[in-house]
Amino acid sequence: MADQVLDAKGLNCPLPILKTKKALKGMTSGQVLEVMATDPGSIADMTAFCNQTGNELMSQSNEGDVYTFEIKVS
Amino acid sequence: MLDAGDNTKKMTLIVTKGTLDWAYPPFILGTTAAAMDVEVTMFFTFYGLQLLKKDLDLKVSTLGNPAMQMPMGGMHMSMPNIMPMIPGVDRMTTTMMKNLIKKKGVASIEDLREAAVDLEIKMIACQMTLDLFEIDKSELIDEIEIGGAASWMEEAASSDINLYL
Repeated sequence: MADQVLDAKGLNCPLPILKTKKALKGMTSGQVLEVMATDPGSIADMTAFCNQTGNELMSQSNEGDVYTFEIKVS
Repeated sequence: MLDAGDNTKKMTLIVTKGTLDWAYPPFILGTTAAAMDVEVTMFFTFYGLQLLKKDLDLKVSTLGNPAMQMPMGGMHMSMPNIMPMIPGVDRMTTTMMKNLIKKKGVASIEDLREAAVDLEIKMIACQMTLDLFEIDKSELIDEIEIGGAASWMEEAASSDINLYL
């Protein structure tokens, strides 16, 4: 479903955000990026990132220690 | 940078410290802001200029930092101020810090600085500090500009956020 998947597991702040930004840059409007992270801070940070940049945070979920985010490119 | 429309936010950071620990706040805030479409200028002055050297050799010192507690074997070890006077202690603390950074998946300063370049952060090296400490421009990375207080001021005057770090 996602057009691209970014594995940011094991990375700490601000790397998941920086890598998300880099991935989004290569994508086109309407595409969906799936980000997986283990940094608990990424729950708040991914929301803030999407609010500020205008990309849509479609969903967030977690399984064990892994947080998964789906971001739709604006 | 992205489209410099009317809604683009701007931020400047004055970077004054050149130790491994204090190199983090400016580079984390700067790169994160730039990733969030904020136009960022970083002005490196005094010891902050060390962070622009091609070859980074940053150290951390426990001197004057009673808040520093290193995790060690499930406990925390305080670093009394007498410690850094013992030869080799600062080097040991620096190695401990670098190992922690790696273990916890924290970016290195080299990585964050590279991200800053990628994100087109405007990095200004202070001319006066270059003169004062006799640092040659060739010792610094290429992706910078040279300027003075007025260069920062011009950016700061039209910025939404200005921080001194």
